[in-house]
Amino acid sequence: MASIEQLKRTPLYAAHLEWGAKMVPFGGWEMPVAYSSIIDEHTAVRECVGLFDVSHMGEVLLAGPNAETALNHLLTNDVRKIAVGQAQYALMCNEHGGVIDDLIVYRVEPSVYLIVVNASNIEKVFSWMNSQASASAVLENESDKTAMLALQGPNATRLLADSTDISYFHITRKSVFGRKCRVARTGYTGEDGFEILCDAADGVAFWTELLRRGAECGIKPCGLGARDTLRLEMCYPLNGSDMNEDTTPLEAGLGRFVALDKGDFIGRDALLGQKENGIERKLIAFKMAEKSPPPRQHYPIVSDARRIGEVTSGAQSPTLGIGIGMGYVEADAAVIGTKIGIEIRGRKYAATIEKKPLLKRTKTQPVL
Amino acid sequence: MSIPKNLKYTRTHEWVRVEGDVAVVGITDHAQHELTDIVYVELPSLGAQVDTTKECAVVESVKSANDVYSPVSGEVVAVNEELDNAPELINDEPYGKGWMLKIRMSDPGELGELLSPDDYSHHIGA
Repeated sequence: MASIEQLKRTPLYAAHLEWGAKMVPFGGWEMPVAYSSIIDEHTAVRECVGLFDVSHMGEVLLAGPNAETALNHLLTNDVRKIAVGQAQYALMCNEHGGVIDDLIVYRVEPSVYLIVVNASNIEKVFSWMNSQASASAVLENESDKTAMLALQGPNATRLLADSTDISYFHITRKSVFGRKCRVARTGYTGEDGFEILCDAADGVAFWTELLRRGAECGIKPCGLGARDTLRLEMCYPLNGSDMNEDTTPLEAGLGRFVALDKGDFIGRDALLGQKENGIERKLIAFKMAEKSPPPRQHYPIVSDARRIGEVTSGAQSPTLGIGIGMGYVEADAAVIGTKIGIEIRGRKYAATIEKKPLLKRTKTQPVL
Repeated sequence: MSIPKNLKYTRTHEWVRVEGDVAVVGITDHAQHELTDIVYVELPSLGAQVDTTKECAVVESVKSANDVYSPVSGEVVAVNEELDNAPELINDEPYGKGWMLKIRMSDPGELGELLSPDDYSHHIGA
């Protein structure tokens, strides 16, 4: 629920209202949940192209000759593998291996890293990085100066034809519509697309121009409602729901982003111990086997009349036409193909544990 | 925001259309707009007894599950089965094809407690 302090607004707030957005509180921000319909916006991204304002997310710059070492100590993945212009998904853990945030690192220059963090965690991540790394690297929180838009869908490349030279999970400086920006070929939807980072003052101009150019192919402005159903179909975890400081990347099935062999990093000892002893719970994906109310966070997951876990994220999948979700279950019970039940308002509905992702996208499917 | 003049309303955003001793019930345009996409509706069984103090149906949107309260007491004599396969009818036509249930009123006097269109309009700050 919204706190007593004023919710923050992105540079595109007025544009959202102009486009008919329904605004809701999210992680301390007042954001559009939808403009027309969550399902229509979701479908537009899968079949055409959609545009999201993601300016609420945070941008932290880490620079200096020791930047790589400092960052490698903070994150689970091996940042030494990132070439200049390349991006990497990583987790930032506490000493217990619990997830502080999941984020994308972009190596924008040889000794400069741009880290995009979750909106609700900006202050927490920046202050954690400051306390751990400021002795060895220069840190700047650029979030307030930066706007970010995500253009996602099979037609994204038609609207940014000059950016098709940017390969998947790479970023570069560009001049788009006569304005300077960074364009990254990343996203949170499972579709091909771009994320544009620009000066806060230019956010509205990019938004307006993209919607204008995309009008003839059916572009839609898309809100957080569609953002959530899109990422859930891909089984991309949402920090705060599917992961938090009490869950580890190994429990979440993100072991391939944890480079235990790279040397020491915060949380390594705990994660090494967990790898050796085995995890006790695992984040699984499930699909409902019958018509049901939408699965939602905290609904019990049962098997053989025994509660084995809890839903962390759930929704009616617009593309699959059935309920889907993710949740932690006892590790022994986390077997693909297992028939489980989801308890909704006291009644058990049948579901099956499925392989991730729940949706296969043929075009540039991200590795998450 | 549409607030038809021939209906009565509740503070919890249900509407009532009186047809003899039967009350036709649904949720308002304001309610469907707040909910965004409705994806699932749970309706009571025919013959169920409902009253004004507890929920008689559930409307689930993408973002939340919401109880619907009966504006009047009585027996459920019809439910809109089309909502089973097309819950979005409530978004599209909250007062028409999106009607939810029909109740044979046990105490038509309860209608006097409901809000007029103007009162409902003030209530939602329209």
